Amino acid sequence: MFLQRASVLLIVLGFAAFTFVMAGPRAGLLVLVGLGFGLVLEGLRFGFAGPWRMIVTDRDGRGLLAQLIAIALVAVVAFPLMAGSSGELVPAHAPVGVGMILGAFVFGAAMQLVMGCGSGTLVNAGSGNLVGLIALAGFIGGSFVGTLHLGWWTSLGSLPVLSAQGSFGDMGGLALTLAGLVLVGVVTFLRSAPGKRMPPRRLWIAAALIAVLALANLVIAGQPWGIVYGLGLWGAKIAQAGGADLGATAFWAAEGNAARLAESILTDVTSLTNIGLLIGAFAVMRWRADPGAQTQALTPLSYAAVLAAAVVLGYSARMAFGCNVGAFFSGISTGSLHGWVWLVAAFAGSILGIRMRPVLLRPSLNQGAYA
Amino acid sequence: MSARLSRPATGFMALALVLAILALDLSRSGAPDLFSAPPAFALGSGAAPEGAHCTGG
Repeated sequence: MFLQRASVLLIVLGFAAFTFVMAGPRAGLLVLVGLGFGLVLEGLRFGFAGPWRMIVTDRDGRGLLAQLIAIALVAVVAFPLMAGSSGELVPAHAPVGVGMILGAFVFGAAMQLVMGCGSGTLVNAGSGNLVGLIALAGFIGGSFVGTLHLGWWTSLGSLPVLSAQGSFGDMGGLALTLAGLVLVGVVTFLRSAPGKRMPPRRLWIAAALIAVLALANLVIAGQPWGIVYGLGLWGAKIAQAGGADLGATAFWAAEGNAARLAESILTDVTSLTNIGLLIGAFAVMRWRADPGAQTQALTPLSYAAVLAAAVVLGYSARMAFGCNVGAFFSGISTGSLHGWVWLVAAFAGSILGIRMRPVLLRPSLNQGAYA
Repeated sequence: MSARLSRPATGFMALALVLAILALDLSRSGAPDLFSAPPAFALGSGAAPEGAHCTGG
């Protein structure tokens, strides 16, 4: 056990040191932030897709309320920080459009099929969940393909970028954002069954830690926490290595994206936190005396369905300008209208995904649970 | 999918996937230029962030 835990520390600290030496202090710090996300999400079992399912199936609103608390905590600090930063810190704002709404709806459905959202896929894969590993491969491919079609989806029609602070000023925008979170919280509270309304101490601590890490991400990177961009970039790197000429595509020819494609992923903000997050989840699993049982074995067709749903998950996240992290968590906490629209569309999709789940995901009758 | 995969084995496979992507990338893009690395904190740096985000087009 001692050697196992020592090897975990070696992997965690070794990768952070490697990044610091290879890419500088900001990259090293962002890996540490990502590690923190992984430790908290896996260690304190704070998630996004699971609570969205629980409020529907079990009338258990505790996890969703914890999400809202974390978002509110970030907003209270992020709004004044961004207002006083003279352009050093940017919000996660994106336009509301037809493709964006459709993407969020599809994402919500797909995340219930792969049993994880953007961050959840990384946590699941890192913590040794086989469905999560399959989903990660699909997500990388889907989010890359999504970049190739993003221009077409946005051409279907979209509003200008609208934000709470842009419409009501910094303090007015913060007040409106907090009021919106309280409203969703009250609806969640009333929908929840007695005894399943107040988050336990574990989730309060997790929400506070997630908020601190999200703010650290903002202060270090200059932009809010995100997931999808990094995974799409990994897919683009693989495609490029396979001979694809991405310079001919609108998305990857754009100045900022072309720079990310040309440079190491150790210079990409979301890649760094993604890698850290996965390693953090792995560390929690390996630290435990009992890593737990593997997820229920599925039929081969069901595994194929997981892979297909994960490709759709990544693709739709690109359409929607982010996943539960980039659009929902970071969008709302930095005042973006698209974060709120994402919440409504993705929640509707999530209800559909919950109904599709028993149809598409069938346990293997031969094997039972993995050891 | 008939083989039994433990959680640690699957976790190591996930790590291997990410490390393989990182190795492929470093072999093609080369190591980052440390002399052009940004300051540790964006806040107080006086510079606009250059990173890309999911909300970007």
